[in-house]
Amino acid sequence: MPITTRRDILGTIASAALLGPLAADAAQHVHEEAAKSAVATGGVYKPKALTAHEFDTLKTLCEIILPGASKGGAAEFIDLLSSQNPEMLAIYTGGIAWLDEAMKHHHQTDFLSAKPEHRTELLDVLAYRKNRTDHTAAGIRFFDWARRMTVDAYYTSAAGMKEIGYSGNRAVREFKTPQEAIDYAIKRSPFA
Amino acid sequence: MFQITRGAPVYDVVIIGSGAGGGTVTKVLADKGINVALLEAGPGLNPEKDFKMLEWPYQVPHRGAGEGGASYFGKGRAFGFFSAHAGGWQLEGEPYTVAEGSKFNWFRSRIVGGRTNHYGRISLRYADYDLKPYSRDGIGSDWPISYEDIAPYYDKAEAFIGVTGSKEGIRSAPDGVFQKCPPPRVHEVLIKKASDKLGIPCIPNRLAVITQPTNGRPACHYCGQCGRGCIPASNYSSSQVQVFPAMKTGKVTLITNAMARELITNDEGKVTAVSYVDKLTRTEKQIKCRTVMLAASCCESTRLLLNSKGKGHENGLGNSSGTVGKYLTDNTGFGLGARIPALEGMPRHNNDGMGGAHLYMPWWLWDKKTDFPRGYHIEIGGGYNMPGIGSFAGVCRQHEGYGDSLKKAIYDDFGTHVSFAGRGEMIPNKDTFCEIDPNVVDKYGIPVLRFHYKWTDAEYKQVQHMEKTFTDLIETMGGTVVKNNRPVEDKISTGGDIIHEVGAIRMGDDPKTSPLNKYCQSNDVKNVFVADAAPFVSNPDKNPTLTIVALAWRTADYLAEEMRKGNV
Repeated sequence: MPITTRRDILGTIASAALLGPLAADAAQHVHEEAAKSAVATGGVYKPKALTAHEFDTLKTLCEIILPGASKGGAAEFIDLLSSQNPEMLAIYTGGIAWLDEAMKHHHQTDFLSAKPEHRTELLDVLAYRKNRTDHTAAGIRFFDWARRMTVDAYYTSAAGMKEIGYSGNRAVREFKTPQEAIDYAIKRSPFA
Repeated sequence: MFQITRGAPVYDVVIIGSGAGGGTVTKVLADKGINVALLEAGPGLNPEKDFKMLEWPYQVPHRGAGEGGASYFGKGRAFGFFSAHAGGWQLEGEPYTVAEGSKFNWFRSRIVGGRTNHYGRISLRYADYDLKPYSRDGIGSDWPISYEDIAPYYDKAEAFIGVTGSKEGIRSAPDGVFQKCPPPRVHEVLIKKASDKLGIPCIPNRLAVITQPTNGRPACHYCGQCGRGCIPASNYSSSQVQVFPAMKTGKVTLITNAMARELITNDEGKVTAVSYVDKLTRTEKQIKCRTVMLAASCCESTRLLLNSKGKGHENGLGNSSGTVGKYLTDNTGFGLGARIPALEGMPRHNNDGMGGAHLYMPWWLWDKKTDFPRGYHIEIGGGYNMPGIGSFAGVCRQHEGYGDSLKKAIYDDFGTHVSFAGRGEMIPNKDTFCEIDPNVVDKYGIPVLRFHYKWTDAEYKQVQHMEKTFTDLIETMGGTVVKNNRPVEDKISTGGDIIHEVGAIRMGDDPKTSPLNKYCQSNDVKNVFVADAAPFVSNPDKNPTLTIVALAWRTADYLAEEMRKGNV
């Protein structure tokens, strides 16, 4: 369980730190343990709130919004919160049904079975506020929710943190700012 | 249900509240061998279990959005799920009211350590002139003490809790006993260059974070998460740095979940006991005392005095001046941020550092003429902060779209923003105060506070000055500020938002206009003292916690000496 692992980590920090500045390898250990404890439990996820069809549709949508989103558990995140909150659930069941209806209207099939180019055609409308009309407003609003939450899920996951290059949340012995980073910024600033 | 245990102990001092003031008094008195009881309205604290230090968002199923995604609906925990506080802007069953036409937000944290578990750790001394504002500009009132009175206690406070900083010789930001501040981050280097150009001092920050082992506490490990609470106590919280160590003396009886209701007085008008509600059983209890130290926070201490009514003190205890609840102020607040193109594409690196900025800007126009009284200091933000819920909401809104282009926009945006926040001095005014609302009680039957709050031109002009300054700083760094045409009334923080409320039981030389004397002792009831921010006479442009600690230390020393002499 993450908590037990975290305790161990904290024990490492506390004992190492009490002796003085943290040893670099202890700090590294902390980092690795924290990362390990976060690895998903594995197995097939069973949706808690959405139907199988809704969940599969959401998963596909999340992956289109951010390639790699499934690695970040975006659909699972949304399903879990929806299972705890009827207001959230209504946004997603309503939004997914809207997508299906819109797709059926144009291409006689639901979103999940639609051809990739037909999905793109629809999402290219929904992804921008400027396309808001009486026909699209509900879909645009839903897409905004799905985008925000997919982005949140992905960048709060281990995969997303790594991709964006966040390398903190760990104990370090001494705080330093790399000179190359300072030089880089100054060179591009009005202070060059 | 009313319980008084016969033969119950009489404590030398009952301290109400375990935050910065209560924690300090507890430690100082316990070290002198004085028997104290410490009442805390919240539960106990187990840092290892309760603090979320080094937890990743993905270790929590909701990632920090809260149960049911509360934060998406504006209902998440204040300062985010991982923050160490145990409270918020509203506490269930413990309301406060706001008078018509006023706006005020009151942050309370019910837990051992109070708000010090999560606060920003900014530790700034008041300047000599801050304590004599009336003498300087004819507005407000002077403190009954001078910088020389409090300076030795700043020394003690800084040495004991540990504060970073550097000797600068700037009058508005007196030097103290400092530990080394870590070097600036890249965006801070740029900010310093901009401020140098504009003639604004930008100096190593003064944070209650230790960068060398201090009193058995290990040095900071630079994870940047002070707000989550620090398990090895490398920053200051009264719980870990004062209350827990003080308990080892055997002189401290800590009573948690104890919500003080009323101070009980005898025929001579002295306080003999504190009546409190045991929240777990909702029963009323009394604890006997020789003296009482109010440290429940500025407004809670005020509420307690006003609710302690009796023969001869129908308007509340210690309130013969009628000024308890008056002179309430918060600091002004205004923030502005922008993207800085020079930071785009910079080689990624870990810049967590201390849980706060490594530089700050003290007020620099204290000897110049401005169109508003007093001043403000500037806090700065930016860097590669750990992504969390909502971190990229701004990019999503601006970029829209999806797929690889959205990913790239987010990647390019990460770590390129800087922000400035001003914290300035508000002048006490007659329209800003708190009082008991006769119509409302909390779930324990305790009458609640009603707030009246009004900013004046003095504060509005100050905030306009902040906006101009921050715009200049951003533009000097090559950023672009989005013009904001809203009126200044919308730009200034709401009263209480900055969580620097002070002044409602002020100290002074004249008992007719001040409830407390210059030792924070009640003029009316000699065995009542106040050790939070309520005694403050003004609210300078410096975060109040360090001064709470220093003043509480001074008050505790005075009380111990008075007890030794048999005066209380």
